[in-house]
Amino acid sequence: MLRLFFNNQLYLGLAQALVAALAALSVVLLARKRGIHLESETLIAIVRGIVQIVAVGSVLLLLLRSPRWTGGFLLAGMIVAAGATSARRAKGMPEAFRVSAWSIALGAGSVIALMTWLGVIDTTITSLVPVGSMLIANAMNTNGLALNRFRSDVLAHTGEIETALALGAEARNSVSPYVQASFEASLIPAIDSLRSLGIVWIPGLMAGMLLSGARPVYAAIYQFVVLAMIFAASGLTSLVSTLLIRDRIFTAAQQLSLQPGR
Amino acid sequence: MIASAISDPILRTEHLGRAVKDKVLVEDVTFEVRSGEVLAIVGPSGAGKSSLLRLLNRLDEPTSGTVYVEGKDYRQIPPRALRRKLGLVNQRPYLFPGTVEQNLRFGPLQHGESVSQESIEKLLSCVGLKGYASRDVANLSGGEAQRVSVARTLANSPLVLLLDEPTSALDDTSKLEVESSIQNVVHDQGLTCVLVTHDTAQAARLATRAMLLEAGRIVRIGPINEVLHA
Repeated sequence: MLRLFFNNQLYLGLAQALVAALAALSVVLLARKRGIHLESETLIAIVRGIVQIVAVGSVLLLLLRSPRWTGGFLLAGMIVAAGATSARRAKGMPEAFRVSAWSIALGAGSVIALMTWLGVIDTTITSLVPVGSMLIANAMNTNGLALNRFRSDVLAHTGEIETALALGAEARNSVSPYVQASFEASLIPAIDSLRSLGIVWIPGLMAGMLLSGARPVYAAIYQFVVLAMIFAASGLTSLVSTLLIRDRIFTAAQQLSLQPGR
Repeated sequence: MIASAISDPILRTEHLGRAVKDKVLVEDVTFEVRSGEVLAIVGPSGAGKSSLLRLLNRLDEPTSGTVYVEGKDYRQIPPRALRRKLGLVNQRPYLFPGTVEQNLRFGPLQHGESVSQESIEKLLSCVGLKGYASRDVANLSGGEAQRVSVARTLANSPLVLLLDEPTSALDDTSKLEVESSIQNVVHDQGLTCVLVTHDTAQAARLATRAMLLEAGRIVRIGPINEVLHA
């Protein structure tokens, strides 16, 4: 229907964004009726999201004419931003930003580097940056889930952890069940995405490839490739972040520093 | 040499204190415990009794003073070795999922040691739970779980047993069972013990000396009757 009113693609895009944002805001209003207040957080997220993605679109436009190596800098910047975003899900955790940034850099960064070297990801900026950003964004979400779950598990089990410590257990052994549970829980979305691929959803990348004229079978295979890479990057990120944060919640004297109310 | 061993305290605190931000939990606490002695720490809720016990086990770091174990500053003892020497039993047992036997083996296993079946039975017999080795901890009563917790700490062969309100979460019957187990361990085996309790009658039954703590500071310390009836 909107196409009837807008001939210019830019104006059409803005109108579509407005309608989609209104759909998101209507959910907020429904939640408000049930006493759940998400107004300011959602509004800020919507405005931030549109500004950021338009800015990135503009940067991509400039980058199309830039040398290939500039894509690496852009991805490095994304890793730092992803580290800062997911660290917010780990309030009170020591060195959450450093742990997140390192984990995403090692998890997503190494998969991007390896896959680019092997030729799975094309080195052109229009391929490297969007695919790389997908890996980084998913690694960020997984990292946030892992840290958040680990934090809540530790806070809910301080008695068990300190009992193990009091019996002479090594600090890292006293939290090993929670490291494992956080790792497993953080990978549930990535596993479900792989499991339901093509049945529950047809991801945007495949749709985009089809629209741009790629052969459907290749588009489908490449979508699997991207999801498998996302799983690898997310899994590696979660593994690194849970292992790094595990040692940071204890003092040098093997005392649990992450305590409720501290 | 022998006279020195008898008179030297097994555990001594010197101006021990802990403050978190502006809140003082324990302040300037100096006392000693001799081998085979049972010291009860009594006082109202929030007096700092459990905080003091956590400092003794070094689950928290003192912000002032220190603790000497057999004359050695405990900051010079590796924390894991120290915690075996000063075995802590919490108010809640926090048993690990599995069998009673697996729980008893946990402490020694952390140091690569195994416990013989005979020792397991002996430990369980000590706390009145003979024949419980293969039972799943999920099926134990509160009193039984707390007695397993005592036996689990004893499996580490501690120098001093630190008991933090071991019966406060139990009903009267279970409380008497646990108390009887503690009495058995402490009196029959001559184990040194520091008992935190808000129950002065329990302190009188189990301890030889008492220390009254209020607002983190020692108000009185001495023979049990003098402290409780002053």
